[in-house]
Amino acid sequence: MAKNGKNYIISSLVEHKPGVLYQVSNMFRRRGFNIETITVGESEQAGLARMTITIKGDERTVEQVVKQLNKLLDVVKVSILDPESTVTRELALIRINTPNATVRSDVINYTEIFKGKVVDVAHDSLMVEMTGDSDKITAFIELMKSFGVREIARTGITALPRGMRSTRME
Amino acid sequence: MAEMTGAKALVEALKRQKVEVIFGIPGGAIMPVYDVLYDTEEIRHVLMRHEQCAAHAADGYARASGRVGVCMATSGPGATNLVTGIANAYMDSSPVVAFTGQVPRAYIGKDAFQETDIIGITTPITKYNFQASRPSDIPWMVRAAFYIASTGRPGPVLIDLPKDVQTGAEDMEFDDDVEIRGYKPNYEPHPLQIERAADLLANAEKPVIIAGGGVISAAASRELIMLAELLQAPVATTLMGKGCIPEDHPLSLGLLGMHGTVASNLTVPEADVLLAVGMRFSDRTTGNVEKFCPDAKIIHIDIDTAEIGKNIEPHIPIVADAKRALKSLYDRLIKKLKRRERSKWMSRIAELKKQHEEMSEKPGLSPPRLMKELRKILPTDAIITTEVGQNQMWAALYLKAYKPRTFISSGGLGTMGFGFPASLGAKVACPDVPVVDIAGDGSFLMTEQDLASSVKEKIPVIVIILDNRYLGMVAQWQRLFYDRRYSATHLGETPDFIKLAEAFGAQGTYVGSISEFRRAVKEAMRSDVTTVIDVPIHPEENVFPMVPPGEEITKMIKG
Repeated sequence: MAKNGKNYIISSLVEHKPGVLYQVSNMFRRRGFNIETITVGESEQAGLARMTITIKGDERTVEQVVKQLNKLLDVVKVSILDPESTVTRELALIRINTPNATVRSDVINYTEIFKGKVVDVAHDSLMVEMTGDSDKITAFIELMKSFGVREIARTGITALPRGMRSTRME
Repeated sequence: MAEMTGAKALVEALKRQKVEVIFGIPGGAIMPVYDVLYDTEEIRHVLMRHEQCAAHAADGYARASGRVGVCMATSGPGATNLVTGIANAYMDSSPVVAFTGQVPRAYIGKDAFQETDIIGITTPITKYNFQASRPSDIPWMVRAAFYIASTGRPGPVLIDLPKDVQTGAEDMEFDDDVEIRGYKPNYEPHPLQIERAADLLANAEKPVIIAGGGVISAAASRELIMLAELLQAPVATTLMGKGCIPEDHPLSLGLLGMHGTVASNLTVPEADVLLAVGMRFSDRTTGNVEKFCPDAKIIHIDIDTAEIGKNIEPHIPIVADAKRALKSLYDRLIKKLKRRERSKWMSRIAELKKQHEEMSEKPGLSPPRLMKELRKILPTDAIITTEVGQNQMWAALYLKAYKPRTFISSGGLGTMGFGFPASLGAKVACPDVPVVDIAGDGSFLMTEQDLASSVKEKIPVIVIILDNRYLGMVAQWQRLFYDRRYSATHLGETPDFIKLAEAFGAQGTYVGSISEFRRAVKEAMRSDVTTVIDVPIHPEENVFPMVPPGEEITKMIKG
């Protein structure tokens, strides 16, 4: 698969049962497609989970990914989301070194500017919760690097289309 | 509703699927099922000598009969031994349902004795797999497994049965409904796509059809031939498609690809419109894919959406059952087609076919000649299975097939050792026709132990060993591309295949001439026990034509 290329967001409804994530990730590995991020959670429909996968690639690769996903029996519906009309969000937890009061107040200020939240305080560090699109989170992390970032946990993207467009099962 | 053990429910569910035979080997974790089979007269159990053979036999049964083949093994090594056979069925889209025993639920994940993660192992090589988590799962899982295996693009399905699920009893519900929301095979072709394809074909100067295994799965031979005749379009086949058009038909070009016929490999690239049906443009078929028919408009019919655009981007994709799509095209075209004069092209094709025939006219025990002689003796509905390698390609090139499901070969996976157990499965499916395995000495030695099951279960087949004492195809590549450096391909002068056959209670015949060969085959056809015919062939004999790997298909070495 082409390593460069556009980012695509694939939203799929899958049977909510053990082994489905394995089937999906195994298919990606086996066919040589790369997953950039993947998130899985319950959907609004009973027994179905929503899997949001982001991949990089050309149009033909993405088309193949969608067909191979559809071929899996436990995958019920697959949609490619148009980035122009899609709300995407990611959550990150970031622990930042705060050796003194000046740094601590700087970090708190930046967090507020980015509309994040301080969720844990230790004597020499702060943990910040940051939600938004991935670019915003990356920008915040870049900014924090000058203070010393100790740990990062990012969830990867989850997404839904805006307005009337739907990823529901018909 | 009645309370029943899982094992009993399994056998009951199999009866409801009208299963007539299971190929298998018992073991600790599947004993409860075997205990029920002991009293089950409606289902024959064929005891194999290696689980790989059980899977291949079920596959051979499925391909010969068009029905679902069933195999069974115990947990752990029994299950892992099935794996090659399951992978083989998957690559060639053969409907097989495999049952494996599993350690009791409480032991799963504890690395218990003979525990293996067969669900994890077979996920990439099955169309679907299930692990029963309670006895009452079994009836619906069996129903779903047979439905999934035999519909859409066929393929293997595995059901893993923890031992305590087999022994536990619950109320069971047997009904006929199968509803899988993520699985809706599309059989009907899109009318607009048919219209567009028909327009292309109607205006084609040189239309060519490539037919694959999907034509056989969909029982679409008749529709294929009608359309080919209407269009006056020659038909090349893939290895899996061999037999979907009688190979003595004037429009039949024979096999296409790395070991394609001269007629196929030179005619297909001339096409201005290519109709590919039930095939997947495998590398063995296309040769250098970049240079495959660059000027042709391609129409691709396949039941599996994921095959469209995977290897070749078609101009007109048609996701549908081959039979319905071909019929729709025929119905459209019969109204609009003007008969075209193609006699010049047709006589060139006839000339190319003659060249191919001449290649098989060689003196002595040459494999092409043997294949032609064998064809003269066998009835048209005889079933041929092959091993993999030179034997397979000689059979594909020089042994004509006249009917669908009479040529059974391991195409995608290329499994040496497939042909013999597959022949046993085919013979069980079609006991009234001769079944012949075209083997090499290397391949036959990979599954020869099932001579024992063929004798004990009274499944008489004919094994013809084209015996060159080499791993012949690898040796051929070494001869052509590795400067004759025969690394690890010479097999030596043992075994004595006659004694080997006799040790198992089968018959063995050595032949030294064409007339002895004819006599041996005729005798074997009359025999009620399996016969191994050992035919010494020249170790330097190559299979030609051959396209060097990575080359375009017109660049054939003809010998």
